Amino acid sequence: MQMLEKVLAHNGLVTAFLLVGIITWLSARLSRRLTLGRVHGSAIAILIGLGLAYYGGVLTGKQSGLADISLFSGIGLMGGAMLRDFAIVATAFEVQVTEARKAGLIGACSLLLGTVLPFIVGASIAHAFGYRDVVSMTTIGAGAITYIVGPVTGAALGASSDVMALSIATGLLKAIMVMVGTPFAARFLGLNNPRSAMVFGGLAGTVSGVSAGLAATDRRLVPYGALVATFHTGLGCLLGPSALYLATKAIMA
Amino acid sequence: MIIYGTALLAACHLLGLFLGDLLGSLIGVKSNVGGVGIAMLLLIFARLYLHKRGLLPQETEQGVAFWGAMYIPVVVAMAATQNVVAALRGGPVAVLGALGAVVVCGCVIALLNRGGSQQAWQPEAETPQDPLA
Repeated sequence: MQMLEKVLAHNGLVTAFLLVGIITWLSARLSRRLTLGRVHGSAIAILIGLGLAYYGGVLTGKQSGLADISLFSGIGLMGGAMLRDFAIVATAFEVQVTEARKAGLIGACSLLLGTVLPFIVGASIAHAFGYRDVVSMTTIGAGAITYIVGPVTGAALGASSDVMALSIATGLLKAIMVMVGTPFAARFLGLNNPRSAMVFGGLAGTVSGVSAGLAATDRRLVPYGALVATFHTGLGCLLGPSALYLATKAIMA
Repeated sequence: MIIYGTALLAACHLLGLFLGDLLGSLIGVKSNVGGVGIAMLLLIFARLYLHKRGLLPQETEQGVAFWGAMYIPVVVAMAATQNVVAALRGGPVAVLGALGAVVVCGCVIALLNRGGSQQAWQPEAETPQDPLA
């Protein structure tokens, strides 16, 4: 047993391939047996992943979910930014250029809307719960854009650490809601062609939420959504500590 | 050779991220601006260029296609490394902030997608093949 554990721990990435393979197989079966294929297998797989992340977080008290358990550290490499971005870029191979070009303008518009609207919602709710100073409102509002924009903005403005934590939590929850909710809301959102996927990528924000949400809905839509969503964090980091902060200050003054 | 495809992908990936960092520092942002998006555009253009010249045999394409297909498994692994505990501990401000943002954006997405003229894609093949394939 100890020897097996050593083999697994020493070959982290390979262990991760096996684990994800098992999760995928399990969720494909669950999808067919329990939901008669109505809930996409990838949606269930992502839910299982989030559940394991919760388990790992409770068990270790650290931040990287299942990857903090040394036996499964390889999952951190497999699900880390490097391989995630590598795989996302690879999906661009299937993009139909004419489709993407047709939707370029509306993609850019939705990107801007997707930055401003969540910010307004987040900042208003922060205000309603007693965070009345401009820095805290801006930081929490920025967290509602993505969980990277939040701390970047907060750090630039000098927000307190509890506000930063709150802002990250807001962004993480948003990403998780998008991951889990997208396949169920796909019909309501009209997610059935490249153009709609680009609108979705701009408005729903966070590469992780968009890519997982689209993957669980229709794999072919992933590159179109990701193409737009990837500019989300950059735009948010650009506008958060500057234009959005100044606008909030002007409104509150 | 399969490795040519993977190497092409790697080159686009690295160049894109580098340009994204460069763009970020040019406009004074402490983050990568659209690096992955730039990398995707580079790969699209590279494919068009090489395809036209007949320099893209199927084996080379497989070196990219494999990683595109690994995408969903990677996303599952990513889900397993999220800080779910912290997210759930955020309290009502985080929950309402996130929910509000998602609902508002969802309505705008629905609105925008209903407006334009567009034809729906055929739903994915109904054959009971592995949905994760």
